Amino acid sequence: MSILVIAEHDNGSLKDETLNTVTAAVQIGGNVDLLIAGENCNAVAEQAAKISGVNRVLVADHAVYAHQLAENISLLVSELAVDYSHVLAPATTNGKNFMPRVAATLDVSQISEITAVVSADTFKRPIYAGNAIATVQSTDKVKVITVRATGFDAAVCDGSATIESLDKATDAGLSSFVKEELAQSDRPGLTSAKVIISGGRGMGNSSNFSLLEQVADKLGAAVGASRAAVDAGYAPNDMQVGQTGKIVAPDLYIAVGISGAIQHLAGMKDSKVIVAINKDEEAPIFQVADFGLVDDLFDAVPELANSL
Amino acid sequence: MKVLVAVKRVIDYNIKVRVKSDQSGVDLANVKMAMNPFCEIAVEEAVRLKEKGVADEVIVVSIGPKVAQEQIRTAMALGADRGILVETDEPLESLAIAKLLTKVVEVEQPGLVILGKQSIDADNNQTGQMLGALAGMSQGTFASEINVSENSVEVTREIDGGLQTLSLNLPAIITTDLRLNEPRYASLPNIMKAKRKPLDVKTPADFGVNVISGLKTLLVESPQERSAGVLVGSVSELVEKLKNEAKVI
Repeated sequence: MSILVIAEHDNGSLKDETLNTVTAAVQIGGNVDLLIAGENCNAVAEQAAKISGVNRVLVADHAVYAHQLAENISLLVSELAVDYSHVLAPATTNGKNFMPRVAATLDVSQISEITAVVSADTFKRPIYAGNAIATVQSTDKVKVITVRATGFDAAVCDGSATIESLDKATDAGLSSFVKEELAQSDRPGLTSAKVIISGGRGMGNSSNFSLLEQVADKLGAAVGASRAAVDAGYAPNDMQVGQTGKIVAPDLYIAVGISGAIQHLAGMKDSKVIVAINKDEEAPIFQVADFGLVDDLFDAVPELANSL
Repeated sequence: MKVLVAVKRVIDYNIKVRVKSDQSGVDLANVKMAMNPFCEIAVEEAVRLKEKGVADEVIVVSIGPKVAQEQIRTAMALGADRGILVETDEPLESLAIAKLLTKVVEVEQPGLVILGKQSIDADNNQTGQMLGALAGMSQGTFASEINVSENSVEVTREIDGGLQTLSLNLPAIITTDLRLNEPRYASLPNIMKAKRKPLDVKTPADFGVNVISGLKTLLVESPQERSAGVLVGSVSELVEKLKNEAKVI
């Protein structure tokens, strides 16, 4: 067996989800190659070559891959895929964007967001917003898979893979990049943070999120939000934790003023330790919390920030 | 320009799903079904394009059992002009759905195809992208804003960490994210009117599409339940437990 893993990166650095995806590949077993498609992405290749378990790092460095356009990336990946038994990508918005195009081009099914490897052709994946777990088996000649990063540990980085450059420039000519507005923050990203503090509708307004930021600064945490808070306009959508937002599994998740709707629980219930702070003792969030504090968040959160 | 919208009949999003005791799947007997929420957003966007004069016809297609006509009628009550049901009792995988939609696209030649980004049952998030590849079309997934001009469409996408805007050649595929719009409710007169709108019924065989899948679901289980922990009385007790008991800070 040979496995091609598609790296997630921003041309400057490798994203952590790649490491979890390599672990899934290693669990499947066989030879693991990593593809980096981008522009001026040498630094990413250097970083990727250190990932343990990776045999070769293949680099397709060209302007047509600069912005990860699905039409262009999927042509490249489906061309390379014929030499592999499995193609894996992290289930990020990027992986979700181009991988189904790869699968369709190869005339195979895709297995989305696996959380466990049972064997080389059998995988577990959540369905119905994580309310059921399906075990699926694939008989396709190439298995096209996206990997939910929270289901796998990160691969360690003490390897030394060889770096090979590919002379490819597959341009579908169907789409072009206009602009990107990325949130600027010194805090860790939600999907890679060890600690997350999230606010819900109970925060009352967007400026109250600064209370959470004070705790986050003390703990080196990321700040998240429930869908209710996002819908109410208290927080931008890229902060949303939940089935329709980001799926996270940090060591510590602090839910503040969050009632605990199923859709929110689906995004954070795999966290190691869950803390809930809510003045409503009936809130369903307490049923999944390891430690619950029934208190007014406007008293408890500043006190928490001061006591850390 | 024609706009084609694909909709799926799924379990109502308010229903708590139960895994069958034989672990063969989720129990859907006597459960309320509805249009997938992301598909509702897709219908709404198409209808708004028609109201703005960008689209001149909105066609809604569903692939599923005979009762999926209900969801097509709902879409027509929201403003779609006509419907197509590709009737099948087999639960189809995304690839087969995308192949059938490719055939519908060949017949209808829409300028835009709008789909939900994922269905809330299988959570695959595949069909729109697969259709894009099979039909040789550009794609703007997870759209939060779209602006159609003569030969292209500008799509703002919700990506990890923020927003990305792409320009796509037409015809294009759009998949909807939550913030694209807030779907309207169907009015009673429009529900009545929808009953008289044309609805074509086809089968996969009519399109000559092989719907056999390479995937087999072996087992469906309930997830591991988390049990409730303890209530603490104060912030200082909480900090103490996080430090000394859970050792996470």
